[in-house]
Amino acid sequence: MATTDPSRTSETATTRTITLDANEAVARVAYRLNEVIAIYPITPASPMGESVDACSQRGLANLWGDVPSVVEMQSEAGAAGAIHGALQTGALATTFTASQGLLLMLPNMFKIAGELTAGVIHVAARSVATHALSIFGDHSDVMAVRSSGYAMLCATNPQEAQDFALIAQSAGLRGRLPVLHFFDGFRTSHEIRRVEPLDDDTYRALVDPELVEAHRARGLTPDRPVVRGTAQNPDVFFQAREAVSPYYAAFPSVVARAMERFAESTGRRYRLFDYVGHPEAERVVVLMGSGSDTARETIEHLVASGERVGGVIVRLFRPFDTRAFVDAIPKTARHVAVLDRTKEPGAPGEPLYQDVVTALAEEQPRDQRPDVIGGRYGLSSKEFTPAMLTAVFRELERDRPRNHFTVGITDDTSGSSLDWDRGMRIDTDPDVVRAVFFGLGSDGTVGANKQTIKIIGERTGDHVQGYFVYDSKKAGAVTVSHLRFGPRPIRSAYLIEDGTADFVGVHNTRFLERYEVFRHARPGATVLLNSPWEPTEVLARLPRELRQEATVKQLEIWTVDANGIAAEAGLGRRINTVMQACFFELSDVMPKDDALAAIRASIRKTYGKRGDHVVEQNLAALDASIAGLKRVPMETTSNGNAPRSPFVAADAPQFVRDVTAQILAGRGDELPVGAMPVDGTFPTGTARFEKRGIATEVPEWDRDLCIQCAKCAIVCPHAAIRLKVFEPAALENAPTEFESAEFRGSEFRGSDLQDVRTTIQVAPDDCTGCELCVHVCPAKDKSDPRHKAIDMTAVAPRLERERRNFEFFLEIPELDRTVIDPSSVRGSQMLEPLFEFSGACGGCGETPYLKLLTQLFGDRLLVANATGCSSIYGGNLPTTPWTTNAEGRGPAWSNSLFEDAAEFGLGFRLTLDEQRANATRMLQQMSRIVGDELAREILASEQHDEADYREQRVRIAELRARLKAFDSPEARHLDSVAESLVRKSTWVVGGDGWAYDIGFGGLDHALASGRDINILVLDTEVYSNTGGQMSKSTPRAAVAKFAAAGKPNAKKDIGMIAMAHDHVYVAQIAMGASDKQTVRALVEADRYPGPSLIIAYSHCIAHGIHMADGMVHQKLAVDCGHWPLYRYDPSRQDRGENPLQLDSRAPRIRFERFAERESRFHMLTRSHPKTAKRLQAQTQKDIDARWNVLRQMAEMKFDEEKKR
Amino acid sequence: MTSLASRYLGLELRSPLVPSASPLSRELDDIKTMEDCGAGAIVLYSLFEEQIRNDTAAFYAHKDQGSLSHGEATDYLPEPDSYAIGPHEYLDHIAAAKSAIDIPLIASLNADHVGTWVEYADLCARAGADALELNIYKLAMDPTESGTEVEQEYVDIVREVAKSTSLPVTVKIGPYFSSLGHTSRKLVSAGAAGLVLFNRFYQPDIDLEELEVVPDLKLSNPYESRLAMRWIALLCGRVDCSLAATTGVQSGHDALKLIAAGADVILLASELIRHGIDRLAAIESEMVTWLEENEYESLDQLRGSMSHRTCPDPSAFERTNYMKALLRYM
Repeated sequence: MATTDPSRTSETATTRTITLDANEAVARVAYRLNEVIAIYPITPASPMGESVDACSQRGLANLWGDVPSVVEMQSEAGAAGAIHGALQTGALATTFTASQGLLLMLPNMFKIAGELTAGVIHVAARSVATHALSIFGDHSDVMAVRSSGYAMLCATNPQEAQDFALIAQSAGLRGRLPVLHFFDGFRTSHEIRRVEPLDDDTYRALVDPELVEAHRARGLTPDRPVVRGTAQNPDVFFQAREAVSPYYAAFPSVVARAMERFAESTGRRYRLFDYVGHPEAERVVVLMGSGSDTARETIEHLVASGERVGGVIVRLFRPFDTRAFVDAIPKTARHVAVLDRTKEPGAPGEPLYQDVVTALAEEQPRDQRPDVIGGRYGLSSKEFTPAMLTAVFRELERDRPRNHFTVGITDDTSGSSLDWDRGMRIDTDPDVVRAVFFGLGSDGTVGANKQTIKIIGERTGDHVQGYFVYDSKKAGAVTVSHLRFGPRPIRSAYLIEDGTADFVGVHNTRFLERYEVFRHARPGATVLLNSPWEPTEVLARLPRELRQEATVKQLEIWTVDANGIAAEAGLGRRINTVMQACFFELSDVMPKDDALAAIRASIRKTYGKRGDHVVEQNLAALDASIAGLKRVPMETTSNGNAPRSPFVAADAPQFVRDVTAQILAGRGDELPVGAMPVDGTFPTGTARFEKRGIATEVPEWDRDLCIQCAKCAIVCPHAAIRLKVFEPAALENAPTEFESAEFRGSEFRGSDLQDVRTTIQVAPDDCTGCELCVHVCPAKDKSDPRHKAIDMTAVAPRLERERRNFEFFLEIPELDRTVIDPSSVRGSQMLEPLFEFSGACGGCGETPYLKLLTQLFGDRLLVANATGCSSIYGGNLPTTPWTTNAEGRGPAWSNSLFEDAAEFGLGFRLTLDEQRANATRMLQQMSRIVGDELAREILASEQHDEADYREQRVRIAELRARLKAFDSPEARHLDSVAESLVRKSTWVVGGDGWAYDIGFGGLDHALASGRDINILVLDTEVYSNTGGQMSKSTPRAAVAKFAAAGKPNAKKDIGMIAMAHDHVYVAQIAMGASDKQTVRALVEADRYPGPSLIIAYSHCIAHGIHMADGMVHQKLAVDCGHWPLYRYDPSRQDRGENPLQLDSRAPRIRFERFAERESRFHMLTRSHPKTAKRLQAQTQKDIDARWNVLRQMAEMKFDEEKKR
Repeated sequence: MTSLASRYLGLELRSPLVPSASPLSRELDDIKTMEDCGAGAIVLYSLFEEQIRNDTAAFYAHKDQGSLSHGEATDYLPEPDSYAIGPHEYLDHIAAAKSAIDIPLIASLNADHVGTWVEYADLCARAGADALELNIYKLAMDPTESGTEVEQEYVDIVREVAKSTSLPVTVKIGPYFSSLGHTSRKLVSAGAAGLVLFNRFYQPDIDLEELEVVPDLKLSNPYESRLAMRWIALLCGRVDCSLAATTGVQSGHDALKLIAAGADVILLASELIRHGIDRLAAIESEMVTWLEENEYESLDQLRGSMSHRTCPDPSAFERTNYMKALLRYM
């Protein structure tokens, strides 16, 4: 039953403005105007899909009183196909996407446009992955689809994004063209501003019912059958393609009329090309997107300074109305610079530049044409500031301005870049309050700032702007909030610049050591520091650089013990209320009493749903906040504060010192083009230099209690607690506090190692403090069972000691791999991890598997990584956790796309196989030359274990040495492929979103190929990286984004599908339930000569669990039968054995006992109890049935007769 | 048929058999079954003070993990539109149960000190409850807290709750008081309309293999009813309130003994969990059979007949009986 959104009604009735970002603004319009919405998550467009899904779940109605069908598809290609079908049958249909997602929609976009079908795709424009993936904003995606036939309408800010969402649909229906409505990813999609909402009168004024009916009437129906989508031949295709031309010719005026009608209804007037600036401008820039707001602000400033400059803001990019464009430029313009937010390598110019050149050539007499240059700016959300735009205007003043320039970077390679005045500031209006906040992801800073924006925007009538910069890391993430408030519209679509902030909030003392937290502050600015320190201590604790800056800028520093106040109030680490109250107290952004009343109301509204107790806790914190605020006395003389420590050690490799360290220090913007690799290739082993020190407590080892089971090491997501086994001589130069114990094992192969010792050592600066190791440690003190062999203890008193110990630990030589049995848990942990210190969440359930992979096969490992969490914590700059051993060998890693990891990895395998065959053939041919015996040994090597690999490497080294003596093409050829004769372990890695949904076709094909390829699915049962959207792996009865009312269908059994191939090794593993089985399955998969699929249960924050208990949850998942452990080895059939071995027992607890421990299930019990009960009961049936099938399969007899 | 009519907290009941607070009352269907099987009233499962305080806090602590920390994900679980936090779900359940049955419905709050949860007493009334059982489940663990202070905490809780609601409040207590009779009177003075004797403090176990303390819920047995039987017999007529017996009732005979000791109603849980809700009807039948065989006209005729006031040998409930019991083993 459809209902009307009450909040929407009240907004329009009472408050004329709301504060929200473009994603939310667009989603509201799209929801109101459509009947079918196909969605698929992709950053930065995901929130639009989430928003419409939430509306649909709540039963909100669209403009016609119906609840739109919102359906999540398996990929953007699927979403495009679905809306194509919906449009073709007469529905109003839409979707949202970005970047690679848009590219996946391209084939359907040609079809939809070719069929003259009105429908809007809303795009949060984002970089297309090239040399690297980037989630940030530019126009490379939308420009890549500009030939599809979609009209393209570009919005500048959240207000326009909302308005254009309606104008796009209105014009599309009238002009019969599909419209791609786009706005800049993050800068606009995620920027919060005050927006005037649309009311139903405006919707109705713009969406003509007759046009909707006409659209519907064109839908396919057996009642009026037609065929559409025929195949055509050379005789008519061309003519038929030209038949659409009149529609494109007419469309600009259709859009212009829609804009006029919109203006009549709302008072907000847009044109196809809006001109801003001096009416007789001589120099004009042309651009579109969020940079246009900055351009407008800058141009107004320059015109006020007496300059004759102007700018054309492009709204309708396709169809490009050349006449309207030329008309928009003042006749006085002599020099035009076109700014493209994309790069089209090899083209004579970027797309907008080319259009402008063409338009002027076609519409202007030669002698009246201005000179035109083009340039690139703002790729991947690179800042675009007034100073940069001013540099463009300065360039236009030159006699021979540089064409095809770049602005915003230093291009020391091609010399394309314009220099800009880094000290220029125009965002200096004293009526505007600028505030910057450094927060920790977990402390509530961003949430508080969003509330602050709301309070100010809705209570003072001021214009507001909020933009949030996030970290690449998931554990210990840092957020930087940029807020502006002022009486006039804010058009500064760039971060708050250095030296301009009135207020700086530093919400954690850790930032003082790592970041230039005062750089944004203007002279005399107010700084609020959350610290436990007395005011008189603060200055002395600042690094020298900050102390000096504070003195020079005469900052007014205040401190409050927000952590203490929050803890006292029972809020844990959530310091948001305290810091928000102090901000209002110090900033004078609104009267203090009003602010306090507003915060109180906000607390009641925000936390009311969480219970009265939570409201009271926050109110108590609020009351204590102001009283806890203390001003720091400023002394004019320095007391010799120590300078900030360097970001990386002095002995780090040069690239790390020159490039990585700059990025770590927040100075990546200053790196020139020449500092960057030309092809996206980076060294591995860099995470070790990023000492983040985010844990306050780290594990401490009790060697006497330890039973040396190595469970702590195997579960550690960050390789921050490690086990090493070594001979006593290794301790010769050990620090005095370095601890070791007699090694209790004897599992060394063919070795006479004696009196061996072992150490379990923590990496104090790399540990995230997740406690996973402590929770799995089985060794308890018999007299005091609270004390285990691993306890969490405060890091501060031990930091220097543990640093020395860890440094020494790393210097201890690794044990010879050939003497270790890798198939045992402890054996696996004696091997060096080549995946360390990733940026994954504290307690991550995925990374222990990857780390184990590198311990087992790291020195011969190739990884093809699907996009997702694992590609982000594995490959997001500035550092990578993939590393090398002392010999320089280690995993080679690459990420292609989200959808193609299996095919990408299969490509690796094909190359390796080809090179191996090639090398084999060449070696056979050259055996006499290189030596028959050596050739025979190389070719006969079966390479089953570490000893085999070592011997083969020695042989290959010998072969290559011998080949050097022969200067022939054949010798060089064999030399170039000789290493392929050492067997490589090829692994495809990705999450369930990839494996079950978008990449399933490729995964299935890779398995079917029969090649020796291994696939590891890190199964979190949701799309984790984009925020927990449902995948086909999501269990029935769980809630997830896009399944807020609980997933009604059962989880896809991908293991069973793989087993149906018959030649695929399949294992389902869960480290928390059986680490032994996990190790065994990975070892077997590598040894299996065909394709392998390992499905690894990976607990995740999206499950709504306490992450320290992650391994307990894994065990529960197995115990209840939700995640049975098994290995399916087809080669066992050759030995007359059943290929399927069940590695877990029959379900021992009911599913509901597992479900009640995880919020993803429990939430449904709370929100939809009947549905939860029904779905959980059904899930129990699923479990029982699946176990029954597995059991029967495992019990089947495979005797001698059945040998294959 | 002999009448089983009883009065409890001013409510008229057709039978003294009342299912006590347990998971059995979580489902509406089961509540209806209880009525169909002859329950005189129903005590709903308990709403815990901790639930009121922490239920959503725990949920949101999980939900908030990682939120607003990373550019790609605002958060990781959907914001529930109608998330029924524990207390609200409970109030909804009261309303639903009340409309499904005709017999009195008694809500149950479980707490150990005064707090904001007290307001839920009145919310239970508004949701339709006919009475309130206040389960004060307090383990006096603080060695610096005196017995007087512990008792005062009980009294304060009862006073606050009774003050906040018009519902009759019955108080479920444990037996561990220096002077149970005196404490009982104080509770009645503070506003208690009834006493439920006794709470069982569930005793955790120790797992020697894992060196862990583990929760272990054992269902009650008939022997455990003796403690309540004695104290009901001793308090009957000495405190001005209803008396309910709970723990260990497995048969009609068990129930009748407690009635004879002076109980107004018999609360059952373990037996129903163990053998199903329809045991209610069987127990009632056993009671009726015995009463008819022994020519009782009504249950009231039996009620309190074996209390200290009227039993043939009141000292049997007292210290002298201890000596007698010991002598039997000598």
